[in-house]
Amino acid sequence: MQAAIEVDNLSKQFRLYNEKYTSLKERVVHGGRMPFVPFWALSDVNVDIREGETFGILGRNGSGKSTLLKCIAGILKPTSGEIRVRGSLAAMLELGAGFQQELSGRDNIYLNGTLLGLSHAEIERRFDDIVAFAELEQFIDNQVKYYSSGMYVRLGFAVAVNVEPDVLLVDEVLAVGDAAFQRKCLDHVKRFQREGRTIVVVTHATDTIRQNCDRSMVMNHGRVITIDEPGEAIRAFLADLLGIGTLPGSEGGGIAGNVFSIGTVRCEHGGSGSRPHLYSGESLTVVADLESLGSVPDGMATIAIHDDKGEVVFASDPDDPACRVEVPLGGGTVRFDFPEVPLLDGTYSVSVGVRSLTDTAVFDWKDQVATFEVVNPNRTTGRVRLPLNVSFRQRATGTTGEVPVVSAVTSGDGDAPRDSIW
Amino acid sequence: MSLSTTEPSPAGPEGSSAAGTAGGDRALSGGQGAARARRGGDVPIHVVNGNVRMGRRLKDLWTHRELLVLLTRSQLKMKYKDSILGYVWSMLNPMLVLSIYYVIFKYISKNPTPDFAIWLFAGLLVWNLFNSAAMTATTVVVGNAGIVKKVAFPRELLAIATVGVALVLFLIQVGVLIVALAAFQHSPAYAYMALLPFAMIDLIIFTSAVCIFLSAVNVYLRDTQHLTEVLLMAWFWSVPIVYEWSTVGPKFAKHGLTWLKYLYVMDPITPIAMTFQRAIYGNGYVLGGVHTTLLPDIGYVGYVLALTAVLVASVTLFLLALVVFGRLEGNFAEEL
Repeated sequence: MQAAIEVDNLSKQFRLYNEKYTSLKERVVHGGRMPFVPFWALSDVNVDIREGETFGILGRNGSGKSTLLKCIAGILKPTSGEIRVRGSLAAMLELGAGFQQELSGRDNIYLNGTLLGLSHAEIERRFDDIVAFAELEQFIDNQVKYYSSGMYVRLGFAVAVNVEPDVLLVDEVLAVGDAAFQRKCLDHVKRFQREGRTIVVVTHATDTIRQNCDRSMVMNHGRVITIDEPGEAIRAFLADLLGIGTLPGSEGGGIAGNVFSIGTVRCEHGGSGSRPHLYSGESLTVVADLESLGSVPDGMATIAIHDDKGEVVFASDPDDPACRVEVPLGGGTVRFDFPEVPLLDGTYSVSVGVRSLTDTAVFDWKDQVATFEVVNPNRTTGRVRLPLNVSFRQRATGTTGEVPVVSAVTSGDGDAPRDSIW
Repeated sequence: MSLSTTEPSPAGPEGSSAAGTAGGDRALSGGQGAARARRGGDVPIHVVNGNVRMGRRLKDLWTHRELLVLLTRSQLKMKYKDSILGYVWSMLNPMLVLSIYYVIFKYISKNPTPDFAIWLFAGLLVWNLFNSAAMTATTVVVGNAGIVKKVAFPRELLAIATVGVALVLFLIQVGVLIVALAAFQHSPAYAYMALLPFAMIDLIIFTSAVCIFLSAVNVYLRDTQHLTEVLLMAWFWSVPIVYEWSTVGPKFAKHGLTWLKYLYVMDPITPIAMTFQRAIYGNGYVLGGVHTTLLPDIGYVGYVLALTAVLVASVTLFLLALVVFGRLEGNFAEEL
């Protein structure tokens, strides 16, 4: 397989200046030198991206993924190493980045298109397509500064996808515009894939990777953690994100003295044993081992569930008497039972803690220490499966009064034949 | 830094035959053949690394010439955005300046040189191009941070485009000059007109060099834009535009500063401006039987030699400016 992009021993150093001297006086005063701390945004990155594949780069903020993309695009100059890109390349780092506020949409299409590597003749040929794609027929001769943010971004995307490069670099821009426009964008990406173009996507959204990519690379602190197929890469990414694997075992004792600590935390669910994920609506049990060198008579167990972005989806009531735990010398296990998990698709992580009932002391807190994955076999979309009833009543037509004609009651399992769980 | 085509690589059959080996690559199965067919034979390879060689840099500039035209056009449009008269200003401006000079030197300061406004205008043409390009170029990279940080292209083009804008304004001023020549019934030195394209090439290359240098330096030292203003002012008065060359030489000699004269002619703008004055105004004038020469009597060959020297210097400076720009460009995206 021929490589579309070869990255060899790429390193990029940034200089972090504590104080920035940009005026001549300051430069002279400091003898032309500025104190800086070297920061390696990329260190020794090696990757071959194959021709025609859709390649994801996963990493949390500051992992170096965007820096790598900028280096490939040629916007940043690597400190050492080399990148070879086969064929034409276009980068969508920020939609409408090259737009000039004062110029019309028309002028900006020409300017941005040329910046992205189209010739004048090519732009002329595609001009109508671009305008139609951006849905800006009426406004194309208006100055871009009068555009709404949606129009702005649509125009940016329309130009970018019409460049038709061999290699397309995308930085978390796929989620733009309304649903209909997103649909169109996705169609375009799919077409690019069918046409055998290479796409490199940088994101921290695991769903994007799972849905679109052939292979994925996980980065952290400017280094490559793994390059693998999406499922494995996402697992490695989450493991890295949650500190599992890199920090084996627990981090030592509890926060309030070394007497108490939470050991392993496991997730058990309705599908345990047969499949790695649980289906929406199934039960979930989180089991945490507690180690204690003393007895804790007044513990309060708390639990929180986070989504893949780390945001809290659920956190238990800190004063709920049901969460009271009494831990004797030696410890034991604490179980959190969720009879039903109404979450839809996604990977969720669990944080577990034990704190004091009487004061603010936290005995131990393990942040995002275990994960579980929910798969929604239904057609419901969104984040939560809410119980739902639908009924219909015909409008009163004079003589007979109100007569219910159709009445349907569902509880979220309207299309029962599709899934056997409900 | 930039991307450029270095070597065409033969599209080997291994590309399509290996397509099946990456099992599970759903996008590949059908696409590979199509991609091959679409691209045909040679696929260029771009190399991005720490140092960009000069040859590649120049080649990049050449392959992006369409972008240069577009950048120039959009900078022009922005210059006259929202003004009612728009492009008319680019013509109105030099006309008004010319009439002001005419009134001042004819009626107020009573300069004895006949048609002094023409003399002045010939030199100002050169200076205006250089001055306006250098002033805008200084802030052009900083001002276009949005593009510089997000799009890869030879950024020197931003600076060169300011020269393009200045060149368009120059041509409009030439139109005004032609009208003025007709109005004053002043006949230019036609024999020397052939030197003007040569002088223009010198001027464009030299101005580009200065613009590229200033645009890059200002990213790191924002004082440059203020310093440039003052330096350009001083530079203007060191070029014989408002005064005549002939008045300078004797003054240097009087103060025993003959060496300064050499420094004076080393300024690349001076020979260019003098070529314009020679071709448009002439060597001097005859008034009441007295012949007055305003320019050095070096003849046609003398001018050619001077312009050749300027060309060599300008090209050297241009390449140097590209080297400096290339060095500084690597961290533009971080500095802006």
